[in-house]
Amino acid sequence: MMKTTNLMIVGVGGQGSLLASKLLGRLLVDEGFDVKVSEVHGMSQRGGSVVTYVRFGEKVYSPVVAEGEADFIISFEKLEGARYVSRLKEGGKIIVNTQQIDPMPVVIGAAEYPENILEELSAKGIAIDAFDALALAEEAGSSKAVNIVLMGRLAKYLDIPYEKWMEAIAKSVKPQFVEINKKAFDLGYNKE
Amino acid sequence: MKKLMIGNEALARGLYEAGVEVISSYPGTPSTEITEFAANYDEIKCEWAPNEKVACEVAFGASLRGVRSACAMKHVGLNVAADPLFTLSYTGVNGGMVVCVADDPAMHSSQNEQDSRHYAIAAKIPMLEPADSSEAKEFMKLAFDLSEEFDTPVLMRICTRIAHCQSIVELAEREAHPAKAYERNPRKFIMAPANAVARHPFVEERLQKLSNFAETSPLNRVEKADSKMGIICAGACYQYVKEVFGDSVNVLKLGMVHPLPVRLIKDFAADLEEVYVIEELDGILQQHCEHIGVAVKGKELFSPIGEYNQATIAAAFGKALPAAAEQPNLPVRPPVMCAGCPHRGLYYSLVKNKVTVLGDIGCYTLGMAAPLNALDSTLCMGASISGLHGFNKAGGEESEGKTVCVIGDSTFMHSGMTGLVNIAYNATNSTVIILDNSITGMTGHQQNPTTGYNIKGDPASKVDLETLCKAIGINRVRVVDPYDLAACDIAIKEELAAKEPSVIISRRPCALLKSVKALPPLKVDPAKCRSCKACMKMGCPAISMKDGKAMIDHTLCVGCGVCTQLCKFDAIGKENA
Repeated sequence: MMKTTNLMIVGVGGQGSLLASKLLGRLLVDEGFDVKVSEVHGMSQRGGSVVTYVRFGEKVYSPVVAEGEADFIISFEKLEGARYVSRLKEGGKIIVNTQQIDPMPVVIGAAEYPENILEELSAKGIAIDAFDALALAEEAGSSKAVNIVLMGRLAKYLDIPYEKWMEAIAKSVKPQFVEINKKAFDLGYNKE
Repeated sequence: MKKLMIGNEALARGLYEAGVEVISSYPGTPSTEITEFAANYDEIKCEWAPNEKVACEVAFGASLRGVRSACAMKHVGLNVAADPLFTLSYTGVNGGMVVCVADDPAMHSSQNEQDSRHYAIAAKIPMLEPADSSEAKEFMKLAFDLSEEFDTPVLMRICTRIAHCQSIVELAEREAHPAKAYERNPRKFIMAPANAVARHPFVEERLQKLSNFAETSPLNRVEKADSKMGIICAGACYQYVKEVFGDSVNVLKLGMVHPLPVRLIKDFAADLEEVYVIEELDGILQQHCEHIGVAVKGKELFSPIGEYNQATIAAAFGKALPAAAEQPNLPVRPPVMCAGCPHRGLYYSLVKNKVTVLGDIGCYTLGMAAPLNALDSTLCMGASISGLHGFNKAGGEESEGKTVCVIGDSTFMHSGMTGLVNIAYNATNSTVIILDNSITGMTGHQQNPTTGYNIKGDPASKVDLETLCKAIGINRVRVVDPYDLAACDIAIKEELAAKEPSVIISRRPCALLKSVKALPPLKVDPAKCRSCKACMKMGCPAISMKDGKAMIDHTLCVGCGVCTQLCKFDAIGKENA
């Protein structure tokens, strides 16, 4: 049986991970995969650490990704990219927006933001693709398009044709935002 | 047509396809989207009720009248709806009726981890539990058939990992179920003692018939394997079991978790050497197996706390787990009140006045967190007001002068009003603060009786909170804008000093509402900032210290201006000023 691919989309509540998972889900179903997407709603949405699991393959049972299972962790924020590193599969990759959003314990001085956390993880041999997705989103025309920049980057690593992503974007966002999002996708996809 | 749906959307689709005509619910994570999605179908009359008891009774009334009806709630909501539910077991139904209940193992968004299956046992009614979205939709249709065939309300239980997990669903057409005739039937529907005494044997007989049904129903199925090991499971646990074992062990997958089969379980276990029960929360399936003399292992290996996943199960059976990187120790990121949240200014004023605050259930529960640390208690919906009265009864004048409660507009409608009646009637000089943000916030912006709109977003009758509080018997009712710290401070001081009960309505719409236009973000002038951190005391997530100076994140700031009132050095202003 074809192996199941495990993704985690992580970030800070309110950053737009639900649109990313909606886009992915639609794309993967259209591609003929069995898919499970496990979302977070409710309390933890309010600026807390949020996780969405996306699993696809021939037959998917569990809706969640456990320790050592994630092929990709796509993170909207630097610290959150590090928070779930134990879920990463050996040889898996973290795709991370280097934006820094201080969690409340840091804001009030009860903890320090680990500024060099990604470098520390890299030094331990974790594969990390880190870049300023917020800047690319703003270049595309909206700071809200970070999610699509990150999807563009993910697309580089997945075996799904570029045109299929474009079709999924057109189906997932409102018509007036399609161009901005396609541009955001390209900026993530084509980044050096 | 195939569609990816979260379990809750699939349940809504099931309600639609089953020909349901009336749904009444109160929002609560992880159940809310069932009713939200159902409201998209014009054929269904959907509504948000003020609380789960009302919702359940509305569904009862619709069933009595002869149509298929439903209500949906979170696990603790079923506590509120338990009163009608238990006697609905006696009356049974006319049109089919289903009560959806969503449990929240691991308490992603809940105040306790109760297991709703106990309600099915206690109320002696059937409970179904789907394991994915496809089953959620199919089980919903079966639930209505069961309800009408056995003359019973049916509980539909889901957990967070079913409610909020998308999987593939095959859509079907809506079935026509014309309303049954309403005929007066006092012996069945008037549950006064004489009639209820006569109905109780019916309940017991029905339970026996349902048990027999469970033996052969396709809701429960055996997946055979060439193995001497067997696992009994339901819901999300079935998925974890299959993830770990694939088709290598025998599985008894239960879709009906009450009443449980006897012969089916005995037959399943008969040729096996080891039988395990894997169930989150309480050992209910396990107890049943032991009660019928089938030796199983379950809670010896698995915790009654939290949710499981494939790794939990693999580890319990000594299977090798995938290699995992070491997890660095990182600062936690708890949920917080949003930038521009109107609750923040009011909380800041309470903390400044060193007030004891009995809290309630909603976004404003987040006021418990540092740096505000504003709350002293949170129990259940409505408990802030009744609790405050008890606190002041016990503490007398000294307590009345420095204690308040806070409750949201939706929670006040849910079960706060009755507590306020009690304060007026049984006379404590209590100060109640209604945090009116004009929406049910925490569950994701549902309308309620104070907002002036119904579930469809159409204009609706709007409760006038001031008039209501006065009618209840509270003479001192005042409104403050929580963005105005000086006004909040005065209101709190004056109402605490008053020698009669009072209500402060802290009124400002949720900053996330589409109708609320964000103001331009504010900016700190580093030349003027003296690094005193006064602006940080209210815990706004948009403000942090960078290089010794306060800094405002322009992507988060909505320009509420509360921080400018805290800055003595006039360092915070408009970005382009």
